[in-house]
Amino acid sequence: MMDLSLLPDGGMRWLDASGPKSTIVLSTRIRLARNVRGVPFSQRAKDADRTAVLERVSQAATSSDSLSAAVAFRLDQMDRPERQLLHERHLVSKELAGLERESRPRPGAALLVQDQVGVMVNEEDHLRLHGMWSGFDLEDAYAAVEAVDADLGRLVPFAFHPEFGYLTSCPTNAGTGLRASVLIHLPGLVLTKEINKVLQGLSQVGLTFRGLYGEGSEVVGNFFQLSNQTTLGKTEDELIDHLGKIVRQVIEYEEQARDVLLRTAPEEVEDKTWRAYGLLKHARQLSFEETMNLLSGVRLGVGLNLLPGPGVYTLNKLLIYTQPAHLAAMDGRSTGDRELPTVRAAFVRRLLEGESS
Amino acid sequence: MLCDNCKERDAIINLTQVEHDSKVTLHLCEQCAQQKGVETGGAVLKSPLGNFLGAVVKGGSAAGGGGALVPAAGDAVRCPACGSTLRDFRDSGRLGCAQCYVAFDSHLRDLLRRLHGSSQHVGERYEAPGEGGTDDPRSRLLDLKAQLRRAVEGENFELAAELRDRIRVLE
Repeated sequence: MMDLSLLPDGGMRWLDASGPKSTIVLSTRIRLARNVRGVPFSQRAKDADRTAVLERVSQAATSSDSLSAAVAFRLDQMDRPERQLLHERHLVSKELAGLERESRPRPGAALLVQDQVGVMVNEEDHLRLHGMWSGFDLEDAYAAVEAVDADLGRLVPFAFHPEFGYLTSCPTNAGTGLRASVLIHLPGLVLTKEINKVLQGLSQVGLTFRGLYGEGSEVVGNFFQLSNQTTLGKTEDELIDHLGKIVRQVIEYEEQARDVLLRTAPEEVEDKTWRAYGLLKHARQLSFEETMNLLSGVRLGVGLNLLPGPGVYTLNKLLIYTQPAHLAAMDGRSTGDRELPTVRAAFVRRLLEGESS
Repeated sequence: MLCDNCKERDAIINLTQVEHDSKVTLHLCEQCAQQKGVETGGAVLKSPLGNFLGAVVKGGSAAGGGGALVPAAGDAVRCPACGSTLRDFRDSGRLGCAQCYVAFDSHLRDLLRRLHGSSQHVGERYEAPGEGGTDDPRSRLLDLKAQLRRAVEGENFELAAELRDRIRVLE
């Protein structure tokens, strides 16, 4: 059995809501795609190639500053529920965890993680360096991941081309290999029906949006991941500054939308957030999707000071721990268990009662 | 490598043909490839509206429809390092290895421009461990010349002018 207690904060220090703007922005994530020179990309690589990549990266990590105490998880040797746990914590992609339909993790698929940074090994690219920070904090997240990049790049030769930059399996990531993303909660824009305008505007300025779990995932609970669409032709700083500028604007729009809601329909908004809180505190069965939507309502109420609690840290924890693999693991069940909605409701009640007592 | 046909210019296209049940790979320069009816990267680049994948498909149907011996231009290009073809890339959306970027470079340059608005990396430069790139002026010069050639090919004249100046200083 995988021991997640090896990870301080379960690898999720970002949950603590200590970062800037953390009632609206849950987390900031940076990832850099890198490949080892002279080895075919993961999809084309043979098992022996991937094992060799993992060995080289692990060795380099041991003698690096940023990953010398990293905890290693061999996804290819873990059971599905455990892989799903790591995915629910945003530490590994669906692809690396082999959670796509009828798929298995690739031999050599692994995760190294230390504090808030990590490396996925043998994902679509040989290395996906990543870091996740609380709130809206592009600078700190990038600085930390850049340090990992420098550490590993000194020891493992990366595939780099003077014109195309860092070479990646998919050309959409070539150049800097950088994807910066911000997980943001936009209920004000959704309720005032301004959200589509904002999302359409994003594509015109070279940004894109996804759901809670990144590529291919649906938007639930009014949580959106905003990130840069292009990775080539701009410097890392330019890409990050640009995303930062637009996210600041989106935050401003969201705050304006919340003001409009409070001005035009104060009672309705207050009622909506209290109802959400009441349901979470008293319901006996909750689906994951309903939980996400109710958490969104409560989060809005907390952000507008309409509700006395719970704290944002608790709301963040609920987002992670009410997911199927987490609930199942806590209660010794399978993720397909029909009792999960009951287990979920009991867990939510427990956490919220602990908060108010 | 020199062109198998004219033996003068650098070969930039690998053309695989099946003749009398055996596979023959010709390494051709752009001009000779065009003479043989292969739609080259240059021609693809010039097509005003065709997208990258469309251009590759067009290359395929033109060759197939004409009943020529020449196979589809895009599909014929094979990465010498990992053996992937442009067709593999078209099917999966993923390249086989880093060398594919060199093997398919004109196709990719076009695609990268469509995706990112540019094919020239301007972010951090990377030097692999053990490479004395910046310490060794000769390899630095070669690197710059290669960049210059690509900049000219890509009609990125602003960058080309800057590179030319840097080469002059080093020379």
